[in-house]
Amino acid sequence: MSVSVAEAPPALTPRRAAWGKVWRNNAVRLGGVLLFTLILISILAPWLGTIDPAGIDPENRDLLPGTSGNVMTLTGENFAHHFWMGTDSYGRDIYSRVLYGGRVSLLVGICVAILSLVVGIGIGLAAGYFRWLDAVLMRVMDGLMAIPGILLAIALVALWQASLLTVIVAIAVPEVPRVTRLVRALVLSIREELYVEAAVSVGTSTLKLLWRHVLPNTVAPLIVQGTYICASAILVEAILSFLGVGLPTDVPTWGNVMAEGRLHFNTFPHNVLFPGVFLAVTVLAVNMLGDGLRDTLDPRFNKRGDK
Amino acid sequence: MIRFVATRLFAIVPVLLVVAVAVFLMLRLTPGDPAAVIAGDSATSEQIEQIRAGLGLDKPITTQFVIWFSGVLRGDLGESFFFKRTVASLIAQRVEPTLALALCTIVLAIVVAVPLGVLAAWRHGGWLDRALMGFSTLGFSIPVFVLGYLLIWLVSIKLQWLPVQGYRRLEEGLWPFFKHLILPSITLSVIYIALIARVTRASVAEALTEDYVRTARAKGLPELAVVIRHALANAAVPIVTVIGIGLALLIGGVVVTESVYSIPGLGRLTVDAVLARDFPTIQGVILLFSVAYVLINLLVDLSYLVLDPRIRY
Repeated sequence: MSVSVAEAPPALTPRRAAWGKVWRNNAVRLGGVLLFTLILISILAPWLGTIDPAGIDPENRDLLPGTSGNVMTLTGENFAHHFWMGTDSYGRDIYSRVLYGGRVSLLVGICVAILSLVVGIGIGLAAGYFRWLDAVLMRVMDGLMAIPGILLAIALVALWQASLLTVIVAIAVPEVPRVTRLVRALVLSIREELYVEAAVSVGTSTLKLLWRHVLPNTVAPLIVQGTYICASAILVEAILSFLGVGLPTDVPTWGNVMAEGRLHFNTFPHNVLFPGVFLAVTVLAVNMLGDGLRDTLDPRFNKRGDK
Repeated sequence: MIRFVATRLFAIVPVLLVVAVAVFLMLRLTPGDPAAVIAGDSATSEQIEQIRAGLGLDKPITTQFVIWFSGVLRGDLGESFFFKRTVASLIAQRVEPTLALALCTIVLAIVVAVPLGVLAAWRHGGWLDRALMGFSTLGFSIPVFVLGYLLIWLVSIKLQWLPVQGYRRLEEGLWPFFKHLILPSITLSVIYIALIARVTRASVAEALTEDYVRTARAKGLPELAVVIRHALANAAVPIVTVIGIGLALLIGGVVVTESVYSIPGLGRLTVDAVLARDFPTIQGVILLFSVAYVLINLLVDLSYLVLDPRIRY
């Protein structure tokens, strides 16, 4: 449409007002800062005093946290290193593995959220807008939702060779029906709105209608949903690694470090506890961000006064 | 009433059918030759042929599904590749520990979460309310296995109050049976408590703002009766619903908890089957869990009739 109806006031656009409200929320601030720090730590891992996270060193096996020692690399380099989180039974530095493990966890979390949102939005828009597709699509989604998510992910990873891509897809598949249901419900309510009727009456094409008028109104709830999916995906990835069905054991992931550590848990509990704390804090940060965004962005919850 | 029950029963048929097709297709949609995938990397070509024939993979896919599905309907889930027994007998052997763990967890979660949620709603915005909301965000974030190991470390290793791991059958005595279930149930129930308490709080808080609550208070009813008989009773439907939906979380948690505590149940069986690439067993367990989930949620749907007499179908 070429006619712009109302000029936004120059000082505070509704969009900026909404984001201002989001940023004033404590949960968003705390969760956001924590998450940002963790992302920064993961990206900067090579420069934060880490050594090769996969480097096996028989001289440094099963060191307690806070031990100093010498590292001998395969290329023959020899240097002093302080193992302040100790080592595992292969002599790998837990601190380095935990820091590099953050990369895998965050990457998987974010990719799963994006992938399941994109696929879920596509199917949900189709189901919500094309009524003849709705019955079939939603029955399939109901069926998929009946399969417990972790079991489905475990089975899918077991079928494919576990790699970063297959792990991401396997975790995303069980999330798709949930996104689809949400998008469909949103579309069903949006399509009754007056502005959609107006757009239809001036002959807007279906595709443009979905893109310009329906999709933008699903953004806020979907951001919230995406954050929760991200948190759950980080947990599921760790569970897959922990159970031994995720990424190969030499890849440093928090789940893998814990899976290795659990064998000697009675004597070296820190091998499980350090990555466990990082995992819990990361998921907590994402969940807090999600809770804060839900309170400030999602009008349905505001109306109910559910803080 | 009967019509409602019949409609609901009928509605789960397509769901179960989709589950069956999905579980069946899981193996058939594998990139490459499923028989080779099952046989593993070190298999000879005869072994692969044998598996292919055993699975009936040479037949058209619809025929394969009909054969497999009619078997499932008769309770025949096929033969495990790894354990060399029927999947049905494997499952039967592993049901007890999982059922015991799940029941203990559900009872514990409801007993803890519902009163907490009611209290938080009653003192909406108070310290207990804020503490509970904080706890529930934490409960959603702390991984089951991290919590499990923390508890083992604290309660079993440092304090030596409870056994570290393992499982005792009910025949071996009531106390040993429960002693081995306490930590696993606590571990598994945390996320479930977080979920149920949150919904209870929101639902009861909403009910407490209704006019009938004001009326009940105005006529001088004791506060306890107002909260329980008026608010909680009217808030029951969402609470029961989330208990049913939360079972999906619980089933995922069972797999992990049984691994952490070395409990020889269905969750442990799933992991063992995945590690051994034992697909008939994986299919069987997933099918069983999904059907159980659907049926329990059907019961939840039916319970609405009792919980909320306003619901008429």
